[in-house]
Amino acid sequence: MQRHSGSGSDFVEVTAQTPGSAKPDPILIADHITRTFGGLTAVNVAHLEIQRGSITALIGPNGAGKTTFFNLLTGYDSPNSGSWSFNEIALNGIPPHKVARLGMVRTFQLTKALYRLTVLENMALGARGQKGESLFTSLFPWLWRAQEKEITEKALSILTNFKLIEKKDDFAAALSGGQRKLLEMARALMVEPEMVMLDEPMAGVNPALKQSLLEHIKDLRNEGKTVLFVEHDMDMVREISDWVVVMSQGEVIAEGTPTSVMKNEQVIEAYLGAHHDVDLSAEGKK
Amino acid sequence: MAKSLTLLTLGRSALLFLALLIFPVLLSSPAQAETPTKLYGVITNSEGEPLSDIGISILGPDGFSSQAATNEQGLWEVPILSKGSYSITINVDDLPEGQALTNPDKGTVKANVFMLGVDLRILFPIGPGVVQSSLLERSAQLTLDGILLGLVIALAALGLSLIFGTTGLTNFAHGEILTLAGLLTYYLSAIVGLPVLAAAPLAVLLGALISGFLQDKYLWKPLRRRGTGLIAMLVISIGLAIFLRYFFLFIFGGDTRQLPQYAGQAGIELGLLSFTPKSILTTVIGILLILGATLWLLRTRMGKASRAVADNPALASASGIDVQKVIRAVWILGATLASYAGVVVTINQGVSFLMGQDMLLLIFAAVTLGGLGTANGALVGSLIIGLFVQLSTLFIPTELKYVGALIVLILILIIRPQGILGKKERIG
Amino acid sequence: MDFLFITQQTLSATIGVNTIIFALAAIGLNMHFGYTGLLNFGQAGFLAIGAYSVAVPVISFGLPLWVAFLIGIFNSVIFALLLGVPTLRLRADYLAIVTIAAAEIVRQIARSATFNSTLGGSDGITGKFGADFFALNPFKSGIDTPILRFNANDLWVVITGWSLVAFIVFIMWVMVNSPWGRLMRAIREDEDAVRSLGKNVYLYKMQSLIIGGVIGTCGGFVYALSRQSVQPDNYGTALTFFAYTVLILGGAARVFSPVIGAMIFWFLIVFIEQVLRQGVSNNLIPDWLIGANQVSQIRFMLMGLGLMLLMIYRPQGIFGDRKELALDAKA
Repeated sequence: MQRHSGSGSDFVEVTAQTPGSAKPDPILIADHITRTFGGLTAVNVAHLEIQRGSITALIGPNGAGKTTFFNLLTGYDSPNSGSWSFNEIALNGIPPHKVARLGMVRTFQLTKALYRLTVLENMALGARGQKGESLFTSLFPWLWRAQEKEITEKALSILTNFKLIEKKDDFAAALSGGQRKLLEMARALMVEPEMVMLDEPMAGVNPALKQSLLEHIKDLRNEGKTVLFVEHDMDMVREISDWVVVMSQGEVIAEGTPTSVMKNEQVIEAYLGAHHDVDLSAEGKK
Repeated sequence: MAKSLTLLTLGRSALLFLALLIFPVLLSSPAQAETPTKLYGVITNSEGEPLSDIGISILGPDGFSSQAATNEQGLWEVPILSKGSYSITINVDDLPEGQALTNPDKGTVKANVFMLGVDLRILFPIGPGVVQSSLLERSAQLTLDGILLGLVIALAALGLSLIFGTTGLTNFAHGEILTLAGLLTYYLSAIVGLPVLAAAPLAVLLGALISGFLQDKYLWKPLRRRGTGLIAMLVISIGLAIFLRYFFLFIFGGDTRQLPQYAGQAGIELGLLSFTPKSILTTVIGILLILGATLWLLRTRMGKASRAVADNPALASASGIDVQKVIRAVWILGATLASYAGVVVTINQGVSFLMGQDMLLLIFAAVTLGGLGTANGALVGSLIIGLFVQLSTLFIPTELKYVGALIVLILILIIRPQGILGKKERIG
Repeated sequence: MDFLFITQQTLSATIGVNTIIFALAAIGLNMHFGYTGLLNFGQAGFLAIGAYSVAVPVISFGLPLWVAFLIGIFNSVIFALLLGVPTLRLRADYLAIVTIAAAEIVRQIARSATFNSTLGGSDGITGKFGADFFALNPFKSGIDTPILRFNANDLWVVITGWSLVAFIVFIMWVMVNSPWGRLMRAIREDEDAVRSLGKNVYLYKMQSLIIGGVIGTCGGFVYALSRQSVQPDNYGTALTFFAYTVLILGGAARVFSPVIGAMIFWFLIVFIEQVLRQGVSNNLIPDWLIGANQVSQIRFMLMGLGLMLLMIYRPQGIFGDRKELALDAKA
């Protein structure tokens, strides 16, 4: 089992490797969350806690309800029942933008780079509390210029870190798929989140960029942020995650360290059982 | 007298009693725009014969008040001295037995005089006295009318919805498919001289060919090939609608025209209801067409494929479905149904170049109400809109019936944003 | 053919009253569609509200004109709220259908006999409701030069109208180049992404709808004042569609594009119409092909065709060359 330095991963020693186990310092707690579409139950999570400062992977076969669960947690969809809290603030019925303001910022499976904005504009958009974004203040540029300058500097420093600095004046549409993933993650950091939720950060990213993305995710933990990510790439899951949560048919069927989870009978069965699905929907999926 | 008329209408709207039709006719030439000025009118019975000794009273600005009665020629006139708004009331008690205002609400007419020297002619349309039918009778008749209207909307909406489902196109030129078929029916029957029973199916076939097959082949398919965006395609359909509408006006003129056959068919009374043979026949065929289309969607390979394409084009394409062929089939089906809707309207109400435009909003409303892109939703939405438009006339003035339907659309969207049968979209 | 007359008519129209009205309508749509991605197909409703709001208070209630302007802006804001509250949470095509329906509701209510006493029914309202405005006209006579011709009242409308356009364009320019404008463009690209960054997208879309609507309402003020009359059927869906044509002609999402678009639009319309009219009246075009009263129909057909071709071949507008501003960059 791969071990990481830093406080983020210490909790694995004291946490039971069972579905819905209690964590020493949970940042996110979900209870009895269900979501049905027609007659189909997409999500049915009895209990889940995410440890503060950890990197947690959410895996499972296609159609397991991972993205739906993400949408529910971040306010993009509403569950049929259940409650969940972030930093002990109940999130039921809280709209997505307020969830983000509370410090839980997400990315999307299909990258949502803002194509006809430049890379720098994409970044600047992420900054909080911008005076120039108010309708009336926007009319008086001297009121927001100074703040805009600070935001630009911060954006440039993050872009440098993400090696996107040369692209800063390009339109996001001109970036490669992997660069867009990087940009989306960098933009999320502009919000100064406490917890970052990444939906398939590695999908469609070439191997060279993959390594750099991995490093950035690890850096997030080193800065004390919590990361929850959905991923299909098991190598990546094994390499960076402290903890793995496995979903199948909407339920959490296993939890634990990467090595233990991948030996779990139920997990193997869930993957094999749904194997014929995997190939089919990887292509045509929205 | 005016008072009792007012009482009749009070239940509807506080404003209604003030408001009425005006038909100002400019008579004197502008060069001689001088006083004296008069309000006048000719009152005739339903046969067009003049009625004498009908009392008219007029109230005007600054306490102006005057009385008049019609002469042997049915003519009355009242000279007026100042600009302003006048209200003219006919004494309906003076009307002979069996004669009444065609619209009992219009016993008082309001006229605005903007310019002295221009005489104003006031109309009081009179017809055979109608016994006010009971609420039950009216409701039953309006329900039937509503179902018929709903059927016409459904025929058009089904195609619009299928095309939206498979291609994402919000087609603003869909109404023109109806107009084209209506005009073709008129052309084939009134000008070529075919019987309507032959002209109508021929018009539907031509509609399927031109509005379905050719339209997709030469306009939309190439655009899909170019990767034209959805909003761009929507704007293109607006351009096409404007072009076609004025092209039809250019060719056909601005009148509403009736087919040479079956224009004034007598109604058949059946219990509370009255309907014409042509409306029965067109309705039965319409229902059969909708059933056929539904079976096509549910049972045939192509129909199932079209639902697969609507659900997920990439996946459908990957599983060996020829997406372009499916879209072509959907276009032809949609154009056939819409063309038939146009034929129904033409047979029952006549055709004008604006027919499609007038229907388009109702079609949109129906499709949106049911949930964009769902076939069942389009049918349910159409029926609701059709019924609502007709039944609402029990409570609101007939001229505002479409307003009521559109308001209902907006209200339902507030409660159920995805439409009645629509499903929520997945995010992310 | 009288080419001098054609030139005079065409150039006068290019900077004339109609150009101002359509420029304002399209500037509003540019805010909605070009910058925020809102598909408002009810712009005609906003113009109708402007037009009726100057006519009705003055004629029916005897209020001064400046109060009528305030009433117009207030009504416009209310209309935008009514449209926005149910639809701004929905997909773009729902907004399109609801706005087009709402504009039709406005027009049908305005032309209905039921409200004849205040709104004038299908004949609309004609009267001297612009008297307060024309009393301020410093021009005692119009101008009549070989290239431009306006009567005194039109000259006053044109000068004040263009001043209004210039002022609004300037404000738009400041706003779209601020972080507020950046946020709007981001919403146009992908509102879910913007939400994920903690921005209240609904609020901003509402702001956009109100601002663009009020600008359209100003177009309605000009429409009503310049003619001293309001006709309900001038505010049908065709008006909205032509405003879109104007916007797309100039190229959406640029501050000046609606102004340029409106000038090109009216230049073409009046030029084609004048040439056809002269052709018909001088028997250069045979009567069986185009009758004297069919010229305007040909004009509309060409407009529809032009809109299609423009959208197919130059979706970025006549002068646009930046690929990223092409309307169909986003599939």
